[in-house]
Amino acid sequence: MTLAPAPTTSAPRSGTRTRARLTPAWAIVACAVAVAAAAALSLALGARIVPVDAVWNAFFQPDGSTDQAAVLSRVPTTLTGLLVGAALGMGGALMQGMARNPLADPGLLGVNAGASLFVVLGMTLLGWQAPLAIVWCALAGAAVAVVIGYGAAAASPGGATPVTLALAGAAVTAIATAVITGILIVDESTLESFRFWQVGSLTAASFSSLAQLGGFLALGAVLAVGCAGRLNALALGDDVARGLGVRVGAARLTAVVAVVLLCGAATALAGPIGFVGLAVPHAVRFLVGADYRWIVPLSAAGGATFLLVCDVIGRLLARPGVLEVGIVTGLVGAPIFIVLLRRRKAVGL
Amino acid sequence: MTAAGTARLRSADALRAARRHGRRRDAVLVTALAVAAVVLFVAGLVFGAKTLALPDVLRALSGQTVPGVSFAVVELRLPRAVGALLAGAAFGLGGMLFQTLLRNVLASPDVIGISTGSSAAAVTAIAFFGASGLVVSGAAITGGLLTAVLIWALASRRGLSGLRFVLVGIAVAAALQAVIGYVLTRADIKAAEQATVWMAGSLSRSLWDQLAPTAPALLALLAIALLGARTLPVLRLGDDSATALGARPARNRILLILCAVLLVAVATSLTGPISFVAFLAGPIALRLVKRDSALAPASAMIGAIIVLAADLVGQHLFPITLPVGVITGAIGAPFLLWLLMRGRTRA
Repeated sequence: MTLAPAPTTSAPRSGTRTRARLTPAWAIVACAVAVAAAAALSLALGARIVPVDAVWNAFFQPDGSTDQAAVLSRVPTTLTGLLVGAALGMGGALMQGMARNPLADPGLLGVNAGASLFVVLGMTLLGWQAPLAIVWCALAGAAVAVVIGYGAAAASPGGATPVTLALAGAAVTAIATAVITGILIVDESTLESFRFWQVGSLTAASFSSLAQLGGFLALGAVLAVGCAGRLNALALGDDVARGLGVRVGAARLTAVVAVVLLCGAATALAGPIGFVGLAVPHAVRFLVGADYRWIVPLSAAGGATFLLVCDVIGRLLARPGVLEVGIVTGLVGAPIFIVLLRRRKAVGL
Repeated sequence: MTAAGTARLRSADALRAARRHGRRRDAVLVTALAVAAVVLFVAGLVFGAKTLALPDVLRALSGQTVPGVSFAVVELRLPRAVGALLAGAAFGLGGMLFQTLLRNVLASPDVIGISTGSSAAAVTAIAFFGASGLVVSGAAITGGLLTAVLIWALASRRGLSGLRFVLVGIAVAAALQAVIGYVLTRADIKAAEQATVWMAGSLSRSLWDQLAPTAPALLALLAIALLGARTLPVLRLGDDSATALGARPARNRILLILCAVLLVAVATSLTGPISFVAFLAGPIALRLVKRDSALAPASAMIGAIIVLAADLVGQHLFPITLPVGVITGAIGAPFLLWLLMRGRTRA
């Protein structure tokens, strides 16, 4: 019983299965255009559909019309969507590189389950319902879950290897899920609030929560981009990486800290949104090859675009209501991901 | 006889002795696990709202009418214990087969969408159509099997790659999870509560009317899977070696995966997804047995033991009755962490 076979090659030059479809320069241009287009769509579309030139005027020639008010009211949602999507995309890329497992996603270390557990505990024991209180519960829960999971993996005789990380993360998730279920079954009022938080949505987005968590996201992004180069070495296997002069333990720890900051803050802002962190890095790898120095930043752009587009789709499908973005990512993302999988010869890391 | 020849004979003898020793040790182990399962099974009959005397329980089982005992034992506790035994064994064996055949510890049936498919169908039936009882069970089986067929159809392209199967499974699970989220937020709170209880995995629905169709099916599937799993040690060597040894790896693998899907789908229809059992039984069994041939029976026994024990704990250790799925996660998962830290997981 093993994890996925460890890849023996990783550099972009290693043959067809990791060949880049786009040169990095074109990939950057494409991503910038995609992010800008998604942001414009997110500002323009919703219960009230606003023409694109009115979006521009809302910022540069304000006249107080209803259209412009609608655009301005969508700014917090759009910003939150961009940041959460970017964080989840980067977090997923880091997890897959660090755990050397294509199945890894940010939820693997127990980030989502830990955040959910603390939110449920806050709602049940302390009666907290305010968005800002929930934000801090989620962040603390994510951090605690990862400390326990990573600690258990690191304390095992072999250290924090891909196998021990995966098993420890799954165990932490199982414990948290068990406690959550136990509470939800006996406490109807918590279930009433929690079921809306746990699908993941951008409807509660506000500037105040963004301002509180922006620092965590920024620090996480810096760490993520900083350790991307060392992930390339880790992909060759721990022994080779050590031979190349990389301190394997330190590199993995940096990546874990970055994942907690990014995904903990993202979950705090929008609830547990699955699948973005798993699928986006795969799609990016398909486009630019296996170099993590490109995968990590481009996964940020890809995640932001994907999440915003899903949110817009959710707003249009349920007009004038909103279909939560966490529901749309699964329903829209899964078919796209499967098409990508079927088109590829093999799934390499 | 030359000295070298004698040495060779002696080493062959030693090898044979070691093999015999390993086989005997595994036989003892599987027997011990079976005894433990039986003890827990009987404990499930004796303990309950009222603790009964063992002789009374046995007389009630043999068909005599014992006032105040017969109904509780024959109509309530026996079907619950039978359900726990069969569902536990099915989850344990099914999960181990998935993990082994797809070559990834993370590829347990709840990760690759089979359980999620059952849950999505059952939750929809409960919340939107007000279904209960056998209708929900039927929806759960149908959902699980349709999901498996869908994953299979989407993943197979010029042969079935294990990794692609798992990734497609995760994608399908994500889509189904979205369906569950949608149903839970759009249903009224009472229905959402029922659906949450169903998804927690519980034995309270394990009564004779539910067991009448599921128990025979589970027994037959367990027998087929245990027979089929005798090729597992060869399959674990990899396709090339297995073919060279005269096995037909592709056919055997498909048969075993089919068995695993059916085991998990039928068991889920009875109890809901008791998820961690499927994940846990395989790694524990792998640690305990010496030879791969004992892996399948050991996983089944361990699954049954976990569910029987967790149900006893959930019913009696806490002031409120907790569903078995809550206990398996809360106890099984720390046990896995402990195994990890002791270095007791064989890769």
